[in-house]
Amino acid sequence: MAKEFIKGNEAIVKAALLAGCRSYYGYPITPASEIAHAAAKYFPRVSRTFLQAESEIASIQMVYGASASGERTMTASSGPGISLKQEGLSYLAGSELPCVVVNIMRGGPGLGNISPAQGDYNQIVKGGGHGDYKVIVLAPNGAQEMCDLTMLAFDLADKWRNPVILLADGFIGQMMEPVEFPAPVGDLPAKPWALTGEKISRNNLINSIYLDNDELEAHVGHLAEKYARITEAEVRFEAYHADDAELVLVGYGIVSRIIRTVVDQAREAGLKVGLLRPITLFPFPTRKIGELCESAAGFLAVEMSTGQMVDDVRLAVNGRLPVHFFSRTGGNVPTVEEIFDVVRQHLSAAQPV
Amino acid sequence: MAKLILEKPKGFCDSYERKPGDHGTTHYCPGCGHGNIHKLLAEAVEDLGIQDRTIIISPVGCSVFVYYYFATGNIQVAHGRAPAVATALKRANPHAIVVSYQGDGDLAAIGGNNILQAANRGEHITVIFVNNAIYGMTGGQLAPTSLLGMKTATTPYGRDLLNEGPPMKVVELLSSLDGPTYLERQAIMGNKYIARARKALRNALQCQIDGKGFSMVEILSACPSGWKVDPTDSYAWMEKNMLPHFQLGVTKDVRAEREPFFRTFKTLSAAEIVEQLDLAVPEPKHFPSKLQKTGYGDPSIKLAGFGGQGILSAGAMLANAGMEQGLQTSWIPSYGPEMRGGTAYCFVNLSERPIGSPTVSHPDVLMAFNRPSLEKFEPDVKPGGLLMYDSTIIDVKPKRGDIEILAVPATQMADDLGNTRMANTIMVGVYVAHTGIMSPAAIEQTLPLAIKRKNLVDANKKALRAGVDFAATL
Ligand SMILES: Cc1ncc(C[n+]2csc(CCOP(=O)(O)OP(=O)(O)O)c2C)c(N)n1
Ligand code: SF4
Ligand SMILES: [Mg+2]
Repeated sequence: MAKEFIKGNEAIVKAALLAGCRSYYGYPITPASEIAHAAAKYFPRVSRTFLQAESEIASIQMVYGASASGERTMTASSGPGISLKQEGLSYLAGSELPCVVVNIMRGGPGLGNISPAQGDYNQIVKGGGHGDYKVIVLAPNGAQEMCDLTMLAFDLADKWRNPVILLADGFIGQMMEPVEFPAPVGDLPAKPWALTGEKISRNNLINSIYLDNDELEAHVGHLAEKYARITEAEVRFEAYHADDAELVLVGYGIVSRIIRTVVDQAREAGLKVGLLRPITLFPFPTRKIGELCESAAGFLAVEMSTGQMVDDVRLAVNGRLPVHFFSRTGGNVPTVEEIFDVVRQHLSAAQPV
Repeated sequence: MAKLILEKPKGFCDSYERKPGDHGTTHYCPGCGHGNIHKLLAEAVEDLGIQDRTIIISPVGCSVFVYYYFATGNIQVAHGRAPAVATALKRANPHAIVVSYQGDGDLAAIGGNNILQAANRGEHITVIFVNNAIYGMTGGQLAPTSLLGMKTATTPYGRDLLNEGPPMKVVELLSSLDGPTYLERQAIMGNKYIARARKALRNALQCQIDGKGFSMVEILSACPSGWKVDPTDSYAWMEKNMLPHFQLGVTKDVRAEREPFFRTFKTLSAAEIVEQLDLAVPEPKHFPSKLQKTGYGDPSIKLAGFGGQGILSAGAMLANAGMEQGLQTSWIPSYGPEMRGGTAYCFVNLSERPIGSPTVSHPDVLMAFNRPSLEKFEPDVKPGGLLMYDSTIIDVKPKRGDIEILAVPATQMADDLGNTRMANTIMVGVYVAHTGIMSPAAIEQTLPLAIKRKNLVDANKKALRAGVDFAATL
């Protein structure tokens, strides 16, 4: 176990290689470029493929080809580039090809800016491409998780034959923290469906077209059933002082780090505040939020968007309790103080003194 | 019929089981060129003995169902993206023969950049480019290769030079690139031409088999339905309309000049991987921290100055050393345009507990390396906190009375040591020695991690000691 003080963006690359990723197809964009830089440095060193594609449209299609070949493969980008990858993501999901895609979110819409933001939640979690599909979404909140969740992402992608997206933001990508890297993974399970250019794979077909309506309905049904099983099996979250909290703060990524400090300070001040941090955004910790409805008096979703994840909190709460919302946008990161103020308002509203 | 089936090349499936309905016929219109081109490809795959290792890409267009017919590896891809997919398929399987089959809308319009780039990279793939001067599949719309004056569903008055421009000559275009190896245009237009098309296709595949790089054959092909021409008249139509604009023949062939290249990959042991990822690092030495004994515990530190003053690396020195001493640490820079010319700053947290927010509004410590940073961030320092500033560069005095203030002539000291740019390290030396937050030896140990230029490590060690000595005089 080697420990390194490292940027989240770079930790992703080392983790990917430790997870047996064989190719990286990218295109530069701030604040995700360090991923391409580190990949360009390290992939060739271990005799794996790095290629800067002509665009994000091409890089995701290269991922499509690499994945169809049965190898672990990835790409990374930020907002504008992720928009261009949506076509490919839909094809990858439709053809049930595993891959890992990293989105280091920046401010939007349009060119927006390069500061951290969370405005891509709907695009990623709800599916930004066409058709009925889902991707598994993991939301790291520090460099160690950039490593751990990248490795998990490759396992989940293979397990479910589905794209997995690591959804982080500029802060998580740029921040350096100590990371303990595990040993490289050993042999990976075979993929008998892959195209390997050998006799045994000659009858294989990678495909997302089903011209017959009933055939396509069966395929879409099969996908939906798979997503339901993913929802059962793969929910991950962190609950911190949540079970006895009157007000449960909900946030992911960098926001969850800030909220954690808010919770610590609130607890020191004797306020019953807790944190629920979704680690998987799809599947969302809906059931856990439902359970917290029994003990809490309300929720406060905090996001760096004008309100996207909060919709999933509302769906989970299903009208049982008030769901408050606080956000900063434009690349601004909410401060501990401003969130604490909002917490105080909602707590005093809940229990008039 | 039985005779026909016997003659079917092995590259084809015996029965087209993937095709709904009748498994014996193709889905193409009567007189369509695609079928003939498929046949040439299937024969070549058989004759060249590459059937087991061939992977054919089905594009979007009338040939979207190429995979119905070929007894090879098959993959269907997005409109125009086949060259990108082929790139990765080939790189992942260097021994595979990857064939990208594309129409003119697919290749020359929506996928224009993808083919250009793959050709220019010299990808070891073979492209079969079916130029029928129209979008067949979607109902006969304009293609980049449609001819001037040609009436299509989207040029009902004919292709207009001033509106749509002239028809695109793709092999000529690609021939201007240095990347491709073999480029040729032929036509499926009756027996006179078919032998030449057959040969071109084989040359192109052989080019890939021989490891010589990118090959493509553009094949002029009939689309009687799209052209609204009777199948029996289609060759005459091509002769009259297409041949004058699209000359047949080889436009580029540098096979003889190309060294054969076959990509190979090494398998590394786990130990080699760890080593190559720079993860094989020796256990650090531990130096006892005085953190709990001093009043400076669990600090959040903001370092600020001009870009180029080593602000970010000063922060990294502290954070690296903190990690090695078993502390939780985080380092986060201001990034992007802020770093170009303006002020750069970073936050460092050192803590014995898990770090929540990596940035704080009110840092415990501010190290200001220029006047704008001092003026901007002084008010933010937490009451009772510590402010250190470079008194050589900053010509004003801090105003706060509720914080500890250390004036450090860091730039002057660095100049005395012979390198202005080590003011950052001096400041770090003063900070660790004054606060006792960690042993200067701990910083010294990890200094090489934060200093990019290795020849400056020793000089920085000196600077660190100068800072430590200065702290003793305070
Ligand atoms: C992104 C996208 N845009 C548009 C289409 C619709 N479309 C399907 S085939 C086609 C044209 C294909 O023409 P060509 O490549 O010339 O092939 P042909 O049918 O002539 O063989 C178009 C525009 C699509 N499937 N995907
Ligand atoms: S529309 Fe044209 S290209 Fe398509 S199958 Fe018919 S003849 Fe062939
Ligand atoms: Mg066409």
